[in-house]
Amino acid sequence: MQSRAHRLETILADTFAPTLLRVVDDSARHAGHAGARPGGETHYNVLVVSAAFRGKPRVARHRMVHEAVQAEFAAGLHALALTLRTPEEQGGLLAE
Amino acid sequence: MSENPVFDRIQAEIKEAPVMLYMKGNAMFPQCGFSARVVQILSHLNVPFKTANVLEDDALREGIKQFSSWPTVPQLYVAGEFVGGCDIVTEMFQSGELETLLKEKGVPHEASAA
Repeated sequence: MQSRAHRLETILADTFAPTLLRVVDDSARHAGHAGARPGGETHYNVLVVSAAFRGKPRVARHRMVHEAVQAEFAAGLHALALTLRTPEEQGGLLAE
Repeated sequence: MSENPVFDRIQAEIKEAPVMLYMKGNAMFPQCGFSARVVQILSHLNVPFKTANVLEDDALREGIKQFSSWPTVPQLYVAGEFVGGCDIVTEMFQSGELETLLKEKGVPHEASAA
């Protein structure tokens, strides 16, 4: 079975055609916290740089991503730390 | 009456408290790193705020997600309006937009000398 990180990457790539996409499984750092599960795959850091975010305020951008990955939340995804930028905002910034 | 009784409670809370934070744990003892960061930012700005602990109340824990159409906690409300979760609050703090918002909404605050 595919990892959740891989599924998230596929969903986000298909939905937002990003110019930069990074999905990091951060579950280990949250092990033992509320929402963590023994098998991990609960906490992720995600960077999406996409033209789809142009003209959208922050909350709207986050809602777009939440909607795209709704099924993963329903299946045990607990936390998604999101950095969502347009290509213009990303500019010369390095992906942290 | 709304469809979910907990919605009435949330409506009342965000109306009464100019800055209302739904979080895990409380301001003194946050139970999650994301909640802790929002508390830290509000404290840094010396903003008076009220918190509700979703871990103590399952109806609230699910209800706040439905109320805001937002799948995660923490959730910050200012003057009855949804501002966002930890990522958004952090970005707005760093860019100065959070202070601007507080000013616009007439919420007393004062950034401590950095």
